[in-house]
Amino acid sequence: MSVNTTTAEEVRPPSPPGPIRWLKKNLFSNWYNSLLTVISGVIVFFALKAVILWVFFEANWDPVTHSLKLFAVGQYPPDQLWRVGTIVCMVSFLFGVSWKVWGGTVRTFALAIALVLGVAGLLPVSMGLGLRLWFLSNPLLTAIGYQVGRTPVGKSKWVALGWVVSFFLTIILLTGIEGLPWLPPVKSGLWGGLLLTFLLAMVGIAASFPIGVALALGRQSSLPVVKAFCVLFIELVRGVPLVTVLFMASIILPLFLPEDVRIDRVLRAMMGMTLFAAAYMAENVRGGLQAIPKGQVEAAKAVGLNGFQTMALIVLPQALRLVIPAIVGQFIALFMDTTLAVIVGLMELLAVGRAVLESNVEWKLLNMEVYIFIAAIFWIFNYSMSYASRRLEAALGVGKR
Amino acid sequence: MSENTGNQPSQEDIIICRDVHKWYDDFHVLKGVSLTVKRQEVVVICGPSGSGKSTFIRTINRLEEHQRGQIIVDGIELSHDIRNIEAIRSEVGMVFQQFNLFPHLTVLQNITLAPIWVRKWPKDKAEEVAMQLLERVGIPEQAHKYPGQLSGGQQQRVAIARALAMQPKIMLFDEPTSALDPEMIKEVLDVMRELAQSGMTMIVVTHEMGFAREVANRIVFFDAGNIVEQNTPEEFFAHPKEERTRLFLSQILAH
Repeated sequence: MSVNTTTAEEVRPPSPPGPIRWLKKNLFSNWYNSLLTVISGVIVFFALKAVILWVFFEANWDPVTHSLKLFAVGQYPPDQLWRVGTIVCMVSFLFGVSWKVWGGTVRTFALAIALVLGVAGLLPVSMGLGLRLWFLSNPLLTAIGYQVGRTPVGKSKWVALGWVVSFFLTIILLTGIEGLPWLPPVKSGLWGGLLLTFLLAMVGIAASFPIGVALALGRQSSLPVVKAFCVLFIELVRGVPLVTVLFMASIILPLFLPEDVRIDRVLRAMMGMTLFAAAYMAENVRGGLQAIPKGQVEAAKAVGLNGFQTMALIVLPQALRLVIPAIVGQFIALFMDTTLAVIVGLMELLAVGRAVLESNVEWKLLNMEVYIFIAAIFWIFNYSMSYASRRLEAALGVGKR
Repeated sequence: MSENTGNQPSQEDIIICRDVHKWYDDFHVLKGVSLTVKRQEVVVICGPSGSGKSTFIRTINRLEEHQRGQIIVDGIELSHDIRNIEAIRSEVGMVFQQFNLFPHLTVLQNITLAPIWVRKWPKDKAEEVAMQLLERVGIPEQAHKYPGQLSGGQQQRVAIARALAMQPKIMLFDEPTSALDPEMIKEVLDVMRELAQSGMTMIVVTHEMGFAREVANRIVFFDAGNIVEQNTPEEFFAHPKEERTRLFLSQILAH
């Protein structure tokens, strides 16, 4: 118990490390560490050099640059492309509003999208004036959205509502409406490329989340029939590969339906993927539900909340926060699994790649360029999702024990 | 010390328990407990661990179901009817050993949650009442923090404020100071003492004998699933009638 308070010297924090000091500490602390640093430095140098030389001088990007429209939207009728353009504009605008209202990670994404589209519009390559103006209108819409976010409309609930509405508007715009001359129906067989990949993933994510939560809750239900159904569904779907589910959805399902009921091919694939993802989502959510202490439910009941309120206000918000990493991991898996839609004949990104390679004899051997391009697209979106999830976790970690 | 400064209870019964039984599978936890509590009365329940005292007070707001006997709270009998249970729960506040605050909500949100969702109060009114309660338990400056940022004693005082926000007629305390560091016990007991003096009907399961002696109108001694004896604090401590009570008191007062 002898604490010397009178002569205790203030412990000085270590001075901030300069670059030299950092190098010395982390890379050249002793002889073998230095050796490793030099060797890896040499390897990295040659690898980078090879990659850069290949990307900028050796690779032939013709199949990509000549098929950008195919990669973007597949066979979507060229005279109807304004619909896709409108959807992107809508997203740019909503990102602008969300940036002002929510800030944080949304800002990063809003800026990135505005920047990419803006720069694309300024590229010194030949493109139609309309396309150029469309590119440039996106950053402008983001800016307008940001200003709108400052008005009284800029409330969290309105922005959320905006996103939900935009989701349905997207579907309506893409499908078109029978009998409306300026919005003729577009057969879903013509949807393709990144557009289709996106649609499959978005619908899959948006629909599998609530279904998965419902299944997880059902699995914990005290009603035997509900519980049995949920357990059966989850275990059945989890025991079958996605490819099988897709085949079942696209080939076997129509056999069971009456002659005159025909479900669209894309919709069938969406249903298959959604149900598949929902089963896994349910297990993730269940993990979170089980981690919530019993005392939370007791406290909620003791203040008079009913069963539904206890679930919605106390248990689920905590449980879902715990499983964000698992859920986002699953979204990423779902996004990549969309490539499997190729086996039921949908022209998503990967299928477009193959079609492009086969469309021209001179491009036959340019596999590498095309597949690296596709891989890069997937990487960008997947990395964005995992980045967003990490930021979301950090933001929600407030006040955590 | 032995002077009872609390309010005098009225003659009206607010909690009536008759022959309450409960089993966990084959284990007979409550063996026919009968207890009547009057309005504004402060009852302290003590007894060795595993004697069923916590289980008993948890049957009063139906966190535990009783399998035989009758429990009537403020004129409503506890049955399987969920509406009765919810009606009683909104009249009976409960404070837990482990606080059980909602960690994803701020202190203010913890307190306003039930008034807004169960009582359907407008948010302004709920927040105004919540701030008054935080003043009362002495931590208004913590309103916008999360429970994880508070000390144990502060968390338990928030838990008391949360229960009081529903303006309950009865407060149940299930070992409210057992999970606290010694230096924080007093701040929680002070709040409970003030509450007792304000005329709240309280049932308190606790090992704090000083608190019991000073605040309780009646002390109930539990052992092996039933009430062994009950008396005023003066009589209970000075002249325990049963051998088991004497043994318990000698153990708990020895240190």
